[in-house]
Amino acid sequence: MRRIEVSGLSAWFGANQVLHDINMVAQPRAVTAVIGPSGCGKSTFIRCLNRMHEEVPGARASGKVLFDGQDIYGPDMDPVEIRRRIGMVFQKPNPFPTMSVLDNAVAGLKLMGGGNRSWLDEQGERALRAAGLWEEVKDRLHEPGSKLSGGQQQRLCIARALAVEPEVLLMAEHCSALDAASTLRIEELIAELMDNYTVVIVTHNMQQAARVADWTMFMLSGEVVEYGPTQKIFTRPDNKRTEDYVTGRFG
Amino acid sequence: MIAVEPSLQRARVSPVRRWKNRAFTAALWAAGFLALLPLVFIAGYVLAKGVRALNLDFFTKEPAAPGQPGGGIVQSFIGTGIIVGLAVLFSVPLGIMTAVYLSEYGRGRVARSVRFVAEILLSTPSIVAGAFIWVLVVVTLGSFSALAGGIALTVLMWPIIARAAEEVLRLVPQELREGALALGVPRWRVILRIVVPTAGAGIFTAIMLAVARGLGETAPILLTALGNDFINVHPTQPTDALPLRIFNYAQSPIDQWHTIAWGGAVILLVGVLLLSITARVLSNRQLRRTR
Repeated sequence: MRRIEVSGLSAWFGANQVLHDINMVAQPRAVTAVIGPSGCGKSTFIRCLNRMHEEVPGARASGKVLFDGQDIYGPDMDPVEIRRRIGMVFQKPNPFPTMSVLDNAVAGLKLMGGGNRSWLDEQGERALRAAGLWEEVKDRLHEPGSKLSGGQQQRLCIARALAVEPEVLLMAEHCSALDAASTLRIEELIAELMDNYTVVIVTHNMQQAARVADWTMFMLSGEVVEYGPTQKIFTRPDNKRTEDYVTGRFG
Repeated sequence: MIAVEPSLQRARVSPVRRWKNRAFTAALWAAGFLALLPLVFIAGYVLAKGVRALNLDFFTKEPAAPGQPGGGIVQSFIGTGIIVGLAVLFSVPLGIMTAVYLSEYGRGRVARSVRFVAEILLSTPSIVAGAFIWVLVVVTLGSFSALAGGIALTVLMWPIIARAAEEVLRLVPQELREGALALGVPRWRVILRIVVPTAGAGIFTAIMLAVARGLGETAPILLTALGNDFINVHPTQPTDALPLRIFNYAQSPIDQWHTIAWGGAVILLVGVLLLSITARVLSNRQLRRTR
């Protein structure tokens, strides 16, 4: 299991600096939650962890993100390979509309040109089971992925991310577009995934962070205000601003 | 406290306003009808004049000698098929590649100039494209040909496909690209396997519109393919085309040829109409998909 060590990470959109000198460590076999008000840079931060940030025109980052002891921003690093090993689930469910449920689940494997049909089917079932979706979709594997409900689509996207066997799973406000029941289902899923993955989630829902995360990082204006065990952040924070935020006085 | 009941009744409208409303509604209906009138008139007139030319000979025979009854313009259909087919062969890959460049990679000055050139080509008079290809291909090869015709149409169709396909590629949600990139898929594969298929129906629409344009072009064909009274399937030889045949027959002094020209016009009109309807249906489907 791999840990992620961030040191001196800064990020920009054009001339606008949105992250200032972030330092943190995401522990393996644990869930780390990043919380903070809208626009605090938490989404940008998580996108820097698998080099998705740079996909936005004009965006850049500096500093170090050590994964498995290697700096992913090092000169010889391949962002494609990094993203395969550090998977990501997005805020809005984004199944591929031209693909069936099953093909969506194995999209990563298929697009990398691997495997015969029966192997792909096996991998698809494994990923769908891991995402807790198999029982619901096993009879509709060949329907378009976009026909599923929002919560099912999001779990399909989780299955898709798991199918390529990443070591880290980044989840960006993955529940903000979902109803309460679907959110609960996915939180249970995260608790299961934690046994095998390093999980980093971004959420604006503090109760969710308190429920699922072992570690919590509170961000404000592109800076880390406080980072520590979830229990401590929510009950005895060191910083006044953290206390104000987690007690709902702002944000 | 007395609550004020909001009235559900229609507010009183003065008679003057009511009459104004009616007058403008009528005027707008009239304007809409007026816009439709030329289309209905043209289509009706062409059909009335041309339908009687349509028989088996029309589609299967080469022209009869002047004054002789019977004969058809099969060589025009075959020629149009070859010329437009060649144009599709050239303009579709070029157009899609240009569109992918503009929507997925193009930034800054280079992309702006490419877009600008495509924009200019779009509004280039087609006879200019014909003259250009005449100099470039016909003079060089020493012969009018279907190939030159196809290349001339490519000059016209390429920018249509490029600009229209760029628009539909831009409609593909960014989240889909990111979703695929985040799986560790290289960018070129994301474009080839996710972005282009998602925009597939829209790209097909763009091609249809370009073909509809190419199908009816006369001037560039006249300068490049020249025309032919006989079937020719060799791409380096002068070749006939439907609009060209209509043009030539319409100018002739022979009544029977006039009728055949009208018949050709019917086929051209119906062909372009079908292409446009297909394009419209497909683009509606595309909108539903990318929404």
